[in-house]
Amino acid sequence: MTQASPLPTQTPSAGPAAELPPSASPPGSTGSPEHPALHEVTYTPGSGLRQPGRLVGEMWGDLFASRGLAWRLIIRNLSAQFRGAALGWAWAFLPPVAAAGTFILLNATGVIASDPAIGMPYAVFAFVGTILWQSFVDAIQKPLAVVNASRSMLTKINFPREALLLAGIGEVLFNTTIRLLLLVAVLLAFQTPPAWTFPLALLGLGTLILTGTVIGVMLTPIGMLYKDVQQALTMLLGLLMFLTPVGWAVPDAGFRSYSAWINPAAAPLLNARSLLITGQADYLGQTLIMLGVAGVLTLLGWLLYRLAMPILIERIGS
Amino acid sequence: MPGEVLIQADGVGKKFCRDLKRSLWYGVKDLGTELTGRTGAKDRLRKQEFWAVDDVSFEVRRGECLGLIGHNGAGKSTLLKMLNGLIKPDRGSITMRGRIGALIELGAGFNPILTGRENVYVNGSVLGMTKQEIDAKFDAIVEFAEIGEFINAPVQSYSSGMKVRLGFAVAAQLEPDVLLIDEVLAVGDVKFRTKCYNRLAEMQDRCAFILVSHQMSHISFICDKTLLLKRGQTLFHGKTAEGVQLYMKENTSGDDKPESCVIVDDPIRSVDFRVGSDELPVGAPLHLDVDLQAGMDIGEVYVRLIVHDSGHQSVAELNTQWLGVDHRISSGASTIPIAINSLRLKPGDYHVSVFVHGIEGLRTYVSAKNCCSFRVEGPMFPGSSDYVLEVAHAD
Repeated sequence: MTQASPLPTQTPSAGPAAELPPSASPPGSTGSPEHPALHEVTYTPGSGLRQPGRLVGEMWGDLFASRGLAWRLIIRNLSAQFRGAALGWAWAFLPPVAAAGTFILLNATGVIASDPAIGMPYAVFAFVGTILWQSFVDAIQKPLAVVNASRSMLTKINFPREALLLAGIGEVLFNTTIRLLLLVAVLLAFQTPPAWTFPLALLGLGTLILTGTVIGVMLTPIGMLYKDVQQALTMLLGLLMFLTPVGWAVPDAGFRSYSAWINPAAAPLLNARSLLITGQADYLGQTLIMLGVAGVLTLLGWLLYRLAMPILIERIGS
Repeated sequence: MPGEVLIQADGVGKKFCRDLKRSLWYGVKDLGTELTGRTGAKDRLRKQEFWAVDDVSFEVRRGECLGLIGHNGAGKSTLLKMLNGLIKPDRGSITMRGRIGALIELGAGFNPILTGRENVYVNGSVLGMTKQEIDAKFDAIVEFAEIGEFINAPVQSYSSGMKVRLGFAVAAQLEPDVLLIDEVLAVGDVKFRTKCYNRLAEMQDRCAFILVSHQMSHISFICDKTLLLKRGQTLFHGKTAEGVQLYMKENTSGDDKPESCVIVDDPIRSVDFRVGSDELPVGAPLHLDVDLQAGMDIGEVYVRLIVHDSGHQSVAELNTQWLGVDHRISSGASTIPIAINSLRLKPGDYHVSVFVHGIEGLRTYVSAKNCCSFRVEGPMFPGSSDYVLEVAHAD
């Protein structure tokens, strides 16, 4: 039955490149001038890592091919979020408002002492902290949430898997933008003008979102197999907020003075807050290191996500 | 290029695990193997594992349609998932050429809150269409789905049939080289199903098709070849007629015979059925005697007899009232003889259900489902499942 094929059939390759239009054919496909070359894909048991060049090519190809779908998914999710909830997009900023309220209350009752060195009203300090923190939390939780919400699609349709991650990042950015509007309102309400360095705060904010996304993507494969991950995340992130200098200033000595070195969210958060309000660039060095580390890990996380997907789909069934 | 090979599977195998917790743990281990780039012992079965698909090879050319048949759990859907690149084979290799369309689930990515219009764009994008493509085909999609004004209503207000129609309408606009279809057309009304099959027939010479279905009539209509799977292994690969025949045989053999269910109502004490002969040539008479034991006089009754084929479709029905024959049941033993002079059913296995009702008060005294069986034998066209009709020759 088996016919000799124009290409060797044992070439290990894998991946959801199968739905690229024929125009995306890689070199090497057969075809005559009147018939465009057909995109060819071969599935074998071997690991995708055995042909790294091909793997990287497919990754970029799929990333490029997934833009349209990612945009569509962002629009779908945001419109559904708006229509399906009475408060709609308000849910983007209600959590940080509640968290800031908690800190302000703790401060008013003296549980958290105000440090005059913070250089701004405590309420502004707490609000900026929780708004930045919420973007970090959002970025961690989003990849797993988007992927879990698309389980049935993942197990039945071969589409570029990168689209889900891009859509998740898009939603995080959208929610962050809404929260920045809240921030403007807070600054106006407390008559605190931002420092002239405020645009530079985007560096810290961006680092927070990238770091969060990387952590989220790295947890996604295991999180798809075991529900424990999502449960544990919700629990730990609540605790972690109090361990991060969101509502308190970093002291000069003691265990908490090492925050910026052991907590991935601390340095970018402190850096962004200081650039936004006081005009100082606190912890700039650590923030840049964090950005670099997160950048490298992004590529690794993406690779992990991609290689893991067929194995996960097999285990989570239909 | 008609006739080029678009789907090629060589010795494809896939393992599954019966135990969920263990399956998840194997998933973690496989992940480790994949990430370290090792080949691992993919060939060997671990504890609780079995081959869901075992050494399956075939190829499909442009213009051909392969029917994938087999019982539930035979490995059809798993094979389709591997062809679609959703999961990787554990053995062998699969090569797919061209743009691939898969109708494994219709309406994937539909969000119930959003309107039909918005969902068409989402679904189209998921299936790999660009915005321009969807724009260009939007009117054709709405027309094909026959949902008119509802296109601007949220999908949660649709009936399940409308959702399927819209889903198929989007997928039908794909212009794939390879099309994989998994039973999605089993839903929807007959009219729409016919429309879908007509659309598939239109696409047929440009595509290589694989159709998974339990409905042999669909397989026979569309597929040139079939692949019959049994517990993951190829039981048959060849002409559709033979494959379908083998499948039917597999289906009716041994313990697959439908269970009978006999219920008698007081004052009937017992009932027994006697078939004259359980192997009949085409056109032969059928005799069935119903023996009853009654505790008291019942009076006038009538009997309904229903003949089912092996697919549990009723193919013939008889009601003794139509014959104008009176049957009375009195206290003690009595027999109701039923005779059909010439039973013109095509060859195959049949099951009979019998009901005895009282004329007065419409009471049901006996309800006997699948109480007896018989087989009709007759001339078959060699190598096919088709019964040769007798044709009157004009002199």
